[in-house]
Amino acid sequence: MSTPTTTNRQAGQITALVALALWAMAALQPLVWQEAADGTRLPQYLIDLPPAWLAVLAGLAAAGLGLRPTARRGSWAGIALSSLAALGWLQLPPAQASAGAGAGFWLGVLALGGLALLSVQRGAALEGRRGDQALAPLLFGLWVIYAWQLLVVALEVPRVLLPPPALVLEALRSHAALLGGDFVQTVLKAVLLGWAGGSALGFAVAVAIDRQPFLQRGLLPIASLTSTIPLVGVAPIAVMWFGFEWPSKAAVVVLMTFFPMLVSTLAGLKSAGRLERELMYSYAAGYGRTLWSLRLPAAFPFVVGALKVNATLALIGAIVAEFFGSPTSGLGFRISTEAARMNMALVWAAIAVAALTGSLAYALLVRLERRVAFWHPSVRSR
Amino acid sequence: MDTIDPRSDPKSGGRLLPLTATVLVIVLLWYALTVWLNGPGAIERVLAPKGPWSWQDLVLSSWTLQRPVLPAPHQIAADFWSSLVDWPIDSPRNLLFHVAVTGQSTLLGFAMGTALGAVLAVLIVHSRTLDRALLPWVVASQTIPVLAIAPIVLVILGSLGFSGVLPKAVIAMYLCFFPVAVAAVQGLRSPQRIETELMHTYAASAWQTLWLLRLPAAWPFIFPALRVGVAAGLVGAMVAELPTGAQAGLGSRLLTGSYYGNTVQIWSALLMASLLGLLLSSAMAALEKWALRHRSRT
Repeated sequence: MSTPTTTNRQAGQITALVALALWAMAALQPLVWQEAADGTRLPQYLIDLPPAWLAVLAGLAAAGLGLRPTARRGSWAGIALSSLAALGWLQLPPAQASAGAGAGFWLGVLALGGLALLSVQRGAALEGRRGDQALAPLLFGLWVIYAWQLLVVALEVPRVLLPPPALVLEALRSHAALLGGDFVQTVLKAVLLGWAGGSALGFAVAVAIDRQPFLQRGLLPIASLTSTIPLVGVAPIAVMWFGFEWPSKAAVVVLMTFFPMLVSTLAGLKSAGRLERELMYSYAAGYGRTLWSLRLPAAFPFVVGALKVNATLALIGAIVAEFFGSPTSGLGFRISTEAARMNMALVWAAIAVAALTGSLAYALLVRLERRVAFWHPSVRSR
Repeated sequence: MDTIDPRSDPKSGGRLLPLTATVLVIVLLWYALTVWLNGPGAIERVLAPKGPWSWQDLVLSSWTLQRPVLPAPHQIAADFWSSLVDWPIDSPRNLLFHVAVTGQSTLLGFAMGTALGAVLAVLIVHSRTLDRALLPWVVASQTIPVLAIAPIVLVILGSLGFSGVLPKAVIAMYLCFFPVAVAAVQGLRSPQRIETELMHTYAASAWQTLWLLRLPAAWPFIFPALRVGVAAGLVGAMVAELPTGAQAGLGSRLLTGSYYGNTVQIWSALLMASLLGLLLSSAMAALEKWALRHRSRT
């Protein structure tokens, strides 16, 4: 199912019209209430603020471009002008927390919301070139971060509640060494070793019991049962047994990743078609040869699927296990202690590190899947 | 994420014998392991003060040790049973009390997560913009570990005046919505082109197509996701109880057990959590069976 592109290209005209009207109204209203020395509040209009002219001009142009369906170049121009307007608005005093916001400022924010919608829509309608797929999610993410920054500062949300992204970035930079140590402790030691160990073990056991129907029928129900069991619960036990250092975290990760890999690999080994198997048989291929040349390659997408699921599970397991006791480093340790100290910027920075790690691992595995299993129908159809 | 095949139907013929054998082997290994792990502690704390001892004494005392490294299955069973029977149901020493607390936030979070997942899926299926802009972020959201966002959710909701069950339910929701959203997108898109075109020739509105064609086609995809989602919600609810320092709930049982080195308590809480997870997902399986009872499995 896919809606024709023509209807899509034309969508958003009303949004553009509304944005146009909002920019025009914003230009007429007081943008900023400046506190004077004697305590009176003076309105400042568009004329007084050069960044605001720039923003309104760019915004009007972007909305104007949105009035009509555009081709690739027009869409890019609209996106660029919208970004320019957004950056200009970010320079205004209310967005820097140095003065009160007027009605014009909020009208401009609404207009920017319209432009955000419009640019994501245009970004999503682009296709045919490399990188087009990534444009719409990227724009969406950037607009969300922009709205977060603008609104948190302009609405004066307390920093202990929700720090603006600029502050998180600042924390990320100033505590880079600390977070780097946490990354090594949690990801490179506990998660990576546990993930590799648990997955390898699950894979090995699956291949080993592949020829034992009795063992399979006994183990498989238990293995699939574990998906309904909160295995993270073994974290306190692992900490008791293996101590506070990373081996206890790796042990939890091994346990959490073992069963999904076992179940997926067994399913994958069974996924080779009857026709192919009979062909191997007619070639007089033995068990080992069939396994190596047919069944393991056929199982590969299942194995990568389990690796992807396991990557997320491993991060969760290690971070939860750190909650039950850890040396004084590690992402989970950092998050729980800094949250207790209400140092939210650093908490968000640690989360950003964890999220980036998780997304990167996922992306790498998808790439690996495409590289190695390019022939498989589940990969080709994408 | 791996795809969910609605047609996978485990055949349950001739499983009893292998299953019992496997469980038996696991229990035997467990008892052997308790001797190995608890032996040194048993010698030090029980046997050595009394003088000479035989291997039978060692085995027996390592199976009945107080605060063992690895409790024997019968110790866990005894603690589990006594917590169910010996205490009134509203006492914090009764595990059912904790089940009620955790189950409540799990179910609320599950309901919220299912609703969120369904709404997202409908929007994604109907809007190409959202499909391309939002779906990657839905996937990315799951690479953020839950426990990481739990303290933040608690702080933000706490400052807005929400406390108690809602913050925990929000964290459970965060884990629940993903499988539902992904499976529902897949299911709502499963009708063939010829079927959607038929609806088009009937001049059916998008709403009617959704209600009469897409949704019925999506149910076999959605139900397995509900099973996965409710189990994920339980993990979320338990994890959410950790940073709150909650007094009640299975997660807090784990936490207090680990603080006081009470291993038997940890294991019986774990057993209870497993049973709750099983109960919830088999309830979903039963619901699936009932709802799809008129469909022939092909």
